[in-house]
Amino acid sequence: MRHLLSSGDLTRDEATLILDTAAELARVSDRSVKKLPTLRGRTVVNLFYEDSTRTRTSFELAAKRLSADVINFSAKGSSVSKGESLKDTALTLQAMGADGVVIRHSASGAPHRLSHWVDGSVLNAGDGTHEHPTQALLDAFTMRSRMGRLEGLRVAVVGDITHSRVARSNVLLLTTLGAHVTLVAPPTLLPVSVHTWPCEVSYHLDDVLPKSDVAMMLRVQNERMHESYFPSVREYSRNYGLDAERLACMPPDAVVMHPGPMVRGVEVSAEVADSPRCTVTEQVANGVSVRMAVLYLLLGGS
Amino acid sequence: MPDTDRVYLISGARPLGGDPVDLLVADGRIADTGTGLAVPEGAETVDADGLIALPGLVDLHTHLREPGREDAETVATGSRAAAMGGYTAVHAMANTDPVADTAGVVEQVWRLGREAGYCDVYPVGAVTTGLAGANLAEIGAMADSAAGVRVFSDDGKCVSDALLMRRALEYVRAFDGVIAQHAQEPRLTEGAQMNEGCVSDRLGLPGWPAVAEEAIIARDCLLAQHVGSRLHVCHVSTRGSVDIIRWAKARGCDVTAEVTPHHLLLTDDLVEGYDPVYKVNPPLRTADDVRALREGLADGTIDIVATDHAPHPVEAKETEWSTAAMGMVGLETALAVVQETMVDTGLLTWAQVADRMSAAPARIGRVTGHGRALAPGEPANVVLYDPAAPVEADGAAMATKSSNTPFRGMTLPGRVRATFLRGVPTVLEGKIS
Repeated sequence: MRHLLSSGDLTRDEATLILDTAAELARVSDRSVKKLPTLRGRTVVNLFYEDSTRTRTSFELAAKRLSADVINFSAKGSSVSKGESLKDTALTLQAMGADGVVIRHSASGAPHRLSHWVDGSVLNAGDGTHEHPTQALLDAFTMRSRMGRLEGLRVAVVGDITHSRVARSNVLLLTTLGAHVTLVAPPTLLPVSVHTWPCEVSYHLDDVLPKSDVAMMLRVQNERMHESYFPSVREYSRNYGLDAERLACMPPDAVVMHPGPMVRGVEVSAEVADSPRCTVTEQVANGVSVRMAVLYLLLGGS
Repeated sequence: MPDTDRVYLISGARPLGGDPVDLLVADGRIADTGTGLAVPEGAETVDADGLIALPGLVDLHTHLREPGREDAETVATGSRAAAMGGYTAVHAMANTDPVADTAGVVEQVWRLGREAGYCDVYPVGAVTTGLAGANLAEIGAMADSAAGVRVFSDDGKCVSDALLMRRALEYVRAFDGVIAQHAQEPRLTEGAQMNEGCVSDRLGLPGWPAVAEEAIIARDCLLAQHVGSRLHVCHVSTRGSVDIIRWAKARGCDVTAEVTPHHLLLTDDLVEGYDPVYKVNPPLRTADDVRALREGLADGTIDIVATDHAPHPVEAKETEWSTAAMGMVGLETALAVVQETMVDTGLLTWAQVADRMSAAPARIGRVTGHGRALAPGEPANVVLYDPAAPVEADGAAMATKSSNTPFRGMTLPGRVRATFLRGVPTVLEGKIS
């Protein structure tokens, strides 16, 4: 494994190795000195073309806990905002000796392009509406920790599937790991070819929840609300929002996940968000461990 | 440029793929044809043993980029690329900067073509001022100009306003013009990046649905028939479009259509690696669409092959997919791609290739000096093509100023050996003369 561009690139063994490694590394976070010397002398660049404090911070913390040198290269306030091309930025990072580049970009496929222009490893930290593989890995890690298994686990992914990189990465990874995924959304927010994906599809949340061990709620982006994907936020929330009443229809040990940031009152009610069955903060903590594992496996070898 | 008074004896060429004959070229015309023609004194013999002779190809859809984007292509470099591809006439699309929406701009392009001298350059006039889709450009002035424009197109943009399209169709009837429509419903393709389907859904790229093309074609066919005008459909790319055009022709609509070489060969799964060399508008479609396009070209539903040659500088393609320019160069590979997809598959004879790539486009563009028979007395516009000379496509080796060929690395089955424009070789032994 040289790059991590898509969840679909991971075999079951590779994905399991990442999760197992993350479990070991998670113990470091419980120590008073939360640091390993593994990546000492290696340079990791966080190349963020989109604002995402939480993902950038998570990668930064992961790299620092492995003793890597971390450079945050933000599109704002750098030469990027003056019109420098992705290729020239890549060549600059290459010249600076970056061993790994963590890239977040609004254009689907930008990490693929970058991987042709740098010698180091490229980690996709979210590209457009394509994928977000470390989010899927941390979600799988969280499910495995909570439920004890992934094989046969029934996962409902609810919300704007068409524009969600989290949904794409999760469908690919969870299927690889033996879970059963059901996508739940109004037809306007499902890709036209979704019937060819390795998962079930439903338009009715209430039909799916009683048969789900996990409900993964996706954020509804502001811009969707003005493009006639659904008549109103209230109607969306009525049909696809998870409130306490709906949560009560799920199996007793079922959990609610969210990649964050949540919009309380739209896709989840405040009561559900604050419930102990909601794993949002665990997901954040697990994100650091999973990203440590990925950095370790990509950069720690040579 | 070589001597125009020179006499050439093309020996042993196979006109339209038929039996070998000699062609005597003198005074810009085919002076004689037959077997074992005597070599006149001072004539140069061109050994065409095993080569197919076709009438010089005519492209109804070329982007020469001048004026405005001379970094991508000029009339001179683009017409050299055309000659290398076997073309003796090209129609230069109007989406230059400034737009070819006045007599002044079309005359400039026409004059640059004459000065370059590698092929006849027929400017296409814009339908609407600035391609803005709001007001008709001065179509009559362009038609009456020295350039004698007959083909009008907002190519790159669709004349999406139904009433404006109706008016344009009606107006050009006065001088036997034709509207060449870029069929793309704008609202259905906002931000569209590639064909909408399994691949776009997987890659997370906004889709360009087939219906956005088909809906406009259906509307325009109905409009053209209603007002009794000629319609030409640019770069047809979907099975549904072929079906609609077949239906429209059956009910008597005066519609013609073109397909590009890339849509005859390439499919949307090439986008998997996000390499923008495969980014084009309309986008590469599915294998099923490719089959339908080949069938449509074979049965005459689609009348012609047009290249949509669209050169772009390196930096416009060496970028993220979503910011990259749309388009592919195609003049120098068109005939070889048509051989591979249509001739070697048994779908077209060489005589039909001559129709689809020379006679029919000349007819649609109302170009009288091209697309003629290879017979004594006709203008000596001839291409000699070797169908058994496999060559790997290489953008850097091409005559076009740009290198964005989607066929790079692919081995195509043949190559152009010589092109004659009114008796003068623009290409000889596979090289520009």
